[in-house]
Amino acid sequence: MIVMGQVIRVGIADLNIGRSPDVIVTLGLGSCVGVALYDKVAKIGGLAHVMLPDSKQARSGQNPAKFADTAIPLLIEKMERAGASRSRMVAKIAGGAQMFSFSDKNLQLNIGKRNVEAVKAVLAEEKIPLVAEDTGGSYGRSVELHTDSGKFVVRTVGHGIKEL
Amino acid sequence: MKEDIISKLTDAQLDALKEVGNIGAGNAATALYQMIGKKVNMSVPKAAVIPLAEVPEVLGGPEVLVAGVFLRVLGDAPGSILFVMPKDSALYLVDILMGRPVSSTQVLSELDQSALKEIGNILASSYLNALSSFTGLTFLPTVPALAVDMAGAILDVILAELGQLGDYALLIETRFQAESAHVEGHFFLIPDPGSLLVILRTLGVDSNGASN
Repeated sequence: MIVMGQVIRVGIADLNIGRSPDVIVTLGLGSCVGVALYDKVAKIGGLAHVMLPDSKQARSGQNPAKFADTAIPLLIEKMERAGASRSRMVAKIAGGAQMFSFSDKNLQLNIGKRNVEAVKAVLAEEKIPLVAEDTGGSYGRSVELHTDSGKFVVRTVGHGIKEL
Repeated sequence: MKEDIISKLTDAQLDALKEVGNIGAGNAATALYQMIGKKVNMSVPKAAVIPLAEVPEVLGGPEVLVAGVFLRVLGDAPGSILFVMPKDSALYLVDILMGRPVSSTQVLSELDQSALKEIGNILASSYLNALSSFTGLTFLPTVPALAVDMAGAILDVILAELGQLGDYALLIETRFQAESAHVEGHFFLIPDPGSLLVILRTLGVDSNGASN
């Protein structure tokens, strides 16, 4: 059941949906990617905080919201069950930063970049158009999806606020 | 079994890890004292298994501003070390190290950043030395990397690695406090899952039984 007009928090490796005028928020994305889906007719939105690209490379039986390839289909399904239509959904994404850079390139942790690539591949597979993104860089982001308008607000520390 | 080890640690194993943390932290606190010339209190470290999603709460929430020094540990039992301080503590430490009046630093220059990395490096090395003499294992810290940002974003780097293996993290946590709460820091030792078994075995508390 969705209560109207609340702020819905999505944790790490978590996902949730809301309907207008709820605001869905996830905080402190580093290499993780925030994936927002929105159906502007039903005014239903969903947000996932994806931590890793691929569930097939991990031990099985884990939380599906953690991986791009399992979180996005699950989010779509939840939104459809709430009355959204897959054909009207659009996606906006943010995150996928590289927080630490090492002088030794062998130690580079490029998980952020791999997360972004995986999210895009899954969205393409699910035929959901990616209409806006704010990804990469070396800084953290917090995001909010406003389900009344589909506005996706990206806040950073020292790198401004963006509205997608 | 290797995959499940984190969620199945016994109390005896956690106690052993906590003790290692204690000794390592004692060394690191001494090193920090020598560096800043102020008394450093070290509170009892916590060795705990917690859900990944709750890790940012340890630092006061995902949006708290922190400075994090991250380094990989290579050698017999690879892992990662993350030293996290609230941003205010980092600025205060830099002021002391650079001989400036307290609260004069607001933005970290490149030199300030090197100083913070060096602190991380010295803490990590003294910690690893203790761990090494305790276990007989060799640990080789890599050059540290620094980031100043939201706690959640900084923790992602370790969470993503741990997240490939399970939904829980083992944190050996240490708290430093210097100058009546002006400086505090959390020190996370995150053994790679295979390494945990190696460490437990050298401590004589692997899953085959005996707790000593």
